[in-house]
Amino acid sequence: MARRTAVVQPDCRNFRIGQKNIVMAASAAATKERNPVQAFFEWFGELGQFCVRLVRAAVTPPFELRELVRQMDEIGTRSLPLVALAGAAIGVVLSLHTRDSLARFGAKSVLPTVIFLSLIRESGPIITALVVSGRVGAGIGAELGSMKVTEQIDAIEASAVDPWKLLVATRVAAAMLMLPLLTIVADFCGIVTGWVATRIVEPLTFRHYIQQGFENVTFDDLLPATFKTIVFGLLIGLIGCFQGLRTRGGTEGVGRAATSAVVISSLFVILADVVLVQIIITFIEQ
Amino acid sequence: MKENGDKPAVQIKGLRKSFGRQTVLDGIDLEVPQGETLTVLGRSGTGKSVLLKLIIGLQQPDAGSIEIFGQEVIGLPVAELNQIRKRIGFLFQQAALYDSLTVAENVAFPLRRHTKMNDDEINDRVRELLARVGMEKDVQKMPADISGGMKKRVGLARALALDPEVMLLDEPTAGLDPITTEEIDELIQGLNQERGITSIVVTHDLLSVRRLADRIVMLKEGHIVAEGGLDELRRSRDPFVAEFMHAGSQE
Repeated sequence: MARRTAVVQPDCRNFRIGQKNIVMAASAAATKERNPVQAFFEWFGELGQFCVRLVRAAVTPPFELRELVRQMDEIGTRSLPLVALAGAAIGVVLSLHTRDSLARFGAKSVLPTVIFLSLIRESGPIITALVVSGRVGAGIGAELGSMKVTEQIDAIEASAVDPWKLLVATRVAAAMLMLPLLTIVADFCGIVTGWVATRIVEPLTFRHYIQQGFENVTFDDLLPATFKTIVFGLLIGLIGCFQGLRTRGGTEGVGRAATSAVVISSLFVILADVVLVQIIITFIEQ
Repeated sequence: MKENGDKPAVQIKGLRKSFGRQTVLDGIDLEVPQGETLTVLGRSGTGKSVLLKLIIGLQQPDAGSIEIFGQEVIGLPVAELNQIRKRIGFLFQQAALYDSLTVAENVAFPLRRHTKMNDDEINDRVRELLARVGMEKDVQKMPADISGGMKKRVGLARALALDPEVMLLDEPTAGLDPITTEEIDELIQGLNQERGITSIVVTHDLLSVRRLADRIVMLKEGHIVAEGGLDELRRSRDPFVAEFMHAGSQE
């Protein structure tokens, strides 16, 4: 019982505190908790409205170019070391694993091709998206969440500036623009460390490695796989902003917003990948 | 008080707002003539802050009308609403300074957005505004590094940046020491006397009320239960008003 009172107190703080209100708030909270299905659909409904508002804010002038550049720096440049490191690690792992597997079939000579293809087509894009969703998703969720609970978003609106243009549209656009570039960096780092890891165990020159690798890689491998990360960027920016702006309940809410932004955007990225890969295979590579 | 013989700065009719089943404002009628300083009193959670947020369009009412300088703002397209917002300065309860910007950048924010001033002009104006609230030494600090009272003062400077005609002040002196409180009260008073700014001040501090208010309204359970000057309210026979004034003057 004591715990239950503690849960409903924040709701009552804004209102006249009386027995009746506490009972009402408790029953309202209870209905909310009991209905995860409704909450689930409500979430999607709100996300839909959010998207409509975002598109409207993004396509009408004035455009917040200065803030866009700042966000591209924040989302892109500052994710660079992390993405490069993740890409490099994947390159090493791919080399180690694949070499072993290929050796069993006596196909070790195709190792560079396999590393190139797997990095460019899948590992590079998805690892980049997941790393960025961890860093940027949490960052956007926490930043907008704390701005929301400290009324900074209201303050922006009260000073006759559209927070959707200034905060949301710029972040989503920056994430969409930067993800393909980050993906290329991850691909590149993975390819280089893939060679390094291979070189340690067998005498393969870098030139030979690159030549062999690119022999079987076409633009049809590179472009769709890289451009699909625009969708990942959209999802990361969108979910981060959405979870941030619907933050309720003080600092605790900010933590929840950051966590949920990461969890949901990572999940959406993986699910979107399934769909996108199928689309790419069906429409581009057949 | 300055009278232009114009329309009232703010006119509110039949304003209602509820959150879920909780009715916060239940039929508020209020007229604030230009140049008046109106204070809104009431216990915590009686919708005083909500009233200010409704006036500037941060929240939408369930019913009623709000006219600012004779123009209805409920349902106004955002672009037109923003034209009115530029004429209003809003001080938030917790100041709501932008964390990521310095004190100077916070004050410069509305200037950069809504004026064609160049950087030098903006710097001069920011320095002037911060000097007016006694914060000229801390221009390069981040909001996280200054105290609550200092934040309020910077918030006030930011609200004043565009020379507003109406100020909406949400507890401008709550949690401040008596000296700062008096300074801020004097500042608000000065703005009213020198520039004829209309102010709506939400406060709990009866001392501030005495310094500032041309008129007082008291809210209880979504209604205006008392209206008038400080002395009128002191003489009120309404038990709630009497208790409020009594408890407040004992501080």
